[in-house]
Amino acid sequence: MIDTISWITVYPEIVLMVMACAILLIDLGVKTPLRNLTYVLTMLTLAVVAALEAHLAVAGQTYYGFGNMVVSDAMGNWLKCFAAIAVMVSLVYARPYAGHRDMLRGGELFTLNMLSLLGMFVMISSNNLLLTYMGLELLTLSSYALVALRRDNVSATEAAMKYFVLGAMASGFLLYGMSMLYGATGTLDITQLFKSISSGQIRPDVLVFGLVFIVAGLAFKLGVVPFHMWIPDVYQGAPTAVTLMIGGAPKLAAFAICIRLLVEGMRPLAGDWQQMLMVLSVGSLLIGNLAAIAQTNLKRMLAFSTISQMGFVLLGLMSGVVNGDAVTFAANAYSSSMFYVITYVLTTLATFGVILLLSREGFESEEISDFAGLNQRSPLYAAVMAICAFSLAGIPPMVGFYAKLSVLQALVVSGQPLYLGMAIFAVLMSLVGAFYYLRLVKVMYFDEPITATTVNAPADVRVVLSINGALVLILGLAPGSLMALCASSVRQMLGM
Amino acid sequence: MGLLSLSIWVPIAFGVLLLALGRDEQANAVRWVALIGAVVSLLLTLPLYGQFDNSTAAMQFVENVPWIERFNVNYHLGLDGISFWFVPLTAFITVIVVIAAWEVITHRVNQYMGAFLILSGLMIGVFSALDGMLFYVFFEATLIPMYLIIGIWGGPNKIYAAFKFFLYTLLGSLLMLIALIFLYTQSGGSFDLAKWHALPLGQTAQTLLFFAFFAAFAVKVPMWPVHTWLPDVHVEAPTGGSAVLAAIMLKLGAYGFLRFSMPIAPDAAHAYGGFMVALSLIAVVYVGLVAMVQQDMKKLVAYSSVAHMGFVTLGFFIFNDLGVSGGLVQMIAHGFVSGAMFLSIGVLYDRVHSREIASYGGVVNTMPKFAAFALLFAMANCGLPGTAGFVGEWMVILGAVKFNFWIGFAAASALLFGAAYTLWMFKRVYLGPVTNDDVKELTDINAREFLMLGLLALAVLAMGLYPKPFTDVMDVSVAELLKHVAISKLN
Repeated sequence: MIDTISWITVYPEIVLMVMACAILLIDLGVKTPLRNLTYVLTMLTLAVVAALEAHLAVAGQTYYGFGNMVVSDAMGNWLKCFAAIAVMVSLVYARPYAGHRDMLRGGELFTLNMLSLLGMFVMISSNNLLLTYMGLELLTLSSYALVALRRDNVSATEAAMKYFVLGAMASGFLLYGMSMLYGATGTLDITQLFKSISSGQIRPDVLVFGLVFIVAGLAFKLGVVPFHMWIPDVYQGAPTAVTLMIGGAPKLAAFAICIRLLVEGMRPLAGDWQQMLMVLSVGSLLIGNLAAIAQTNLKRMLAFSTISQMGFVLLGLMSGVVNGDAVTFAANAYSSSMFYVITYVLTTLATFGVILLLSREGFESEEISDFAGLNQRSPLYAAVMAICAFSLAGIPPMVGFYAKLSVLQALVVSGQPLYLGMAIFAVLMSLVGAFYYLRLVKVMYFDEPITATTVNAPADVRVVLSINGALVLILGLAPGSLMALCASSVRQMLGM
Repeated sequence: MGLLSLSIWVPIAFGVLLLALGRDEQANAVRWVALIGAVVSLLLTLPLYGQFDNSTAAMQFVENVPWIERFNVNYHLGLDGISFWFVPLTAFITVIVVIAAWEVITHRVNQYMGAFLILSGLMIGVFSALDGMLFYVFFEATLIPMYLIIGIWGGPNKIYAAFKFFLYTLLGSLLMLIALIFLYTQSGGSFDLAKWHALPLGQTAQTLLFFAFFAAFAVKVPMWPVHTWLPDVHVEAPTGGSAVLAAIMLKLGAYGFLRFSMPIAPDAAHAYGGFMVALSLIAVVYVGLVAMVQQDMKKLVAYSSVAHMGFVTLGFFIFNDLGVSGGLVQMIAHGFVSGAMFLSIGVLYDRVHSREIASYGGVVNTMPKFAAFALLFAMANCGLPGTAGFVGEWMVILGAVKFNFWIGFAAASALLFGAAYTLWMFKRVYLGPVTNDDVKELTDINAREFLMLGLLALAVLAMGLYPKPFTDVMDVSVAELLKHVAISKLN
């Protein structure tokens, strides 16, 4: 018998899955070129799922279901809620673009997105290594298909191939690491894993060996140096609408599995994985920022910028457990990473939203120079893009500043000279980063436009994009509640 | 909402309104709304003077509400004698800048006016913030509108200038950010400035903090040798941008020394006082000499700004009453005078489109009214008694002589250079026979320009003839600050 508690933990997922299948069938009868009915139904489903997750998150209970296979806690519920909203927003931005590019011949764009969201949900709430892996595969397989959705486009198919080969290798790493842990501890359950590692009975060399593979797999999925090679190629090659989908919500899920595996499962090994994360984040900050300077393609530049931003997320994750007063610092550090990821996704959505908006039929607006003089063509969208650029550069009062601030604070508060040095390094790298974001603002505001065409957007895109841009600024003026939300849910996850 | 909050947010609200609704087709309406916004913001700051109590060093008009509870950041505002005058000064200069741009800026008027109004609110925020993080947010946020102002409306090399301005100042501020977080940790999780002032700190910590703050503030002031961005930026910035930059933005740095560096790290400030004095003297003497050989009027005034700000930092780091008050008075005076100098150059530039001294000569023959104003501002720039420029420099020199005769002597002799480069420029631009056709065709200033220069001239004369309202406000707070800085924080 499966108890009611188990159903509570997964009913948003069930709604999502049932609706994904139903919409796939309903779509067969849809004839309109922009697939209005499918679109509306998908939106409704996602809104309902987001609301369900928010409702669970506000209740703030932690449930374990299906024999400890899944967990439903505030952190997971909030992340799932934000992921659902992020997918909604990306679908709003993506639909006109996809319609112009022969990607809406069927309703797969919507169904695949819902399935990838389901994969994210499973990753976020999994409390079992195998289930985590299944969620990850569901997400990435849907993503491969999405990238290849424009099957006659050479760069898209090339990107899909690269993504698939490298992604499969990363999954292999992760799976290998998991099998190592299973061999050493005899359990796939993350809670059990934690208990048996902290008992001190397990041979540490096997554990650390497995850990290396797990961290490598996670680094692949997050896209941090030296496992970052796929990011620029896939970001650039994929249709922009799909770039938005793989660059947005999945980051939330990737963050969640880092927390579940490294923090919940292997906190006793923190000394080891923190060092690994440190190396990864130093490399990402350095290479991401320096390589971004040299790019002329905006999508590629944003790809390298993502790498450096993920470096910052890792900085937060690695500054958690230190000697002595461990748990206080941990809540502080992980919640700063969580805040960072959420605000990063929010900003990225708006950035790609503007890129999608400027792409017209038969014209991809993806070179930085395509943005020349945007301020004279459309002050509103130029302002949205500028707010995002300043936010990603970490200039107050945009929300990106508070994200960087909280990560830096987590580093400094640990009181270790090495971490203080890391903070100074991160700050200097964000100065380098400021240069290429400023260049984007420069192109939009200081250069003369090469084309005088006005920017026309459907009403739904215009409204959502304005709200999205405004939120980046408004959350910067009042970041308190989102910070408090992250802090309280991480504290609950850590059992404080 | 208190008066201080209104002084910050009313101009910002007007600015946002202009950005959102303004169109170039209705440029005139945009200009009037901007002027109304600027004047209303200035009027809002006036009651502050009426209610300000000179007899206490405590913070006044205090507003303190929690802002980001997770980091214990408060929306904490207040003014004391040190920060008080910068609030009306900022609002005043904004009015002048709006008037100055009236006919000159013809494209994207709403963005130009909006940027200046927002900038005005942000700068008032910097002067009134009593919470470290709030200060930083305002301090950094000022970069965005200024970057856009330079980059959109600037001269031929504007992009280089805009980037240099932004990145140069950002580097300094980022190091300060680490210092702020460090202080937050040391003080047990508080960004409250008063707590930081009382926080005991070891010598090493103080030294590191002092230099982190130095990185931010010295670049902003700017002190020699990190002043190199200023001439480049001034040359390329539009007239209004130069005026605000020289009149207010440079003061943010000097103000930071008084509010952060000296009271938080007093022992380090004393230990490196000689170093600061040396840098200031180099700025006063060497940069003064550099100013003399400039061919470009804006560059000349930019270098003269560096030299004048050298007096300010010199005054601060000799740690006596006269020096610190003199530095503060000099900051306000320089706000009026340098603003006026840049606007005068703007008046000429709008007509001839050249900043080269050599393109002019004999302007007095065609623009007599304007030349009279220019002469007054030139005299104020060299520190003639009876003008604003005199009071502060004289106080600083007196203070320096009290501290060490030779430092005072060096500073005083630098006045000579100031007179030399300003008057020489005046001679070459305004006096003598008319040398070319451009100058022959000049028309004298119109009513708008007369109003703008007249207001500044009034301010320069009033402050020079009757500086008491300025010094009275400062006295108690400066004495309190010096008392605080004199006490060691070690052990």
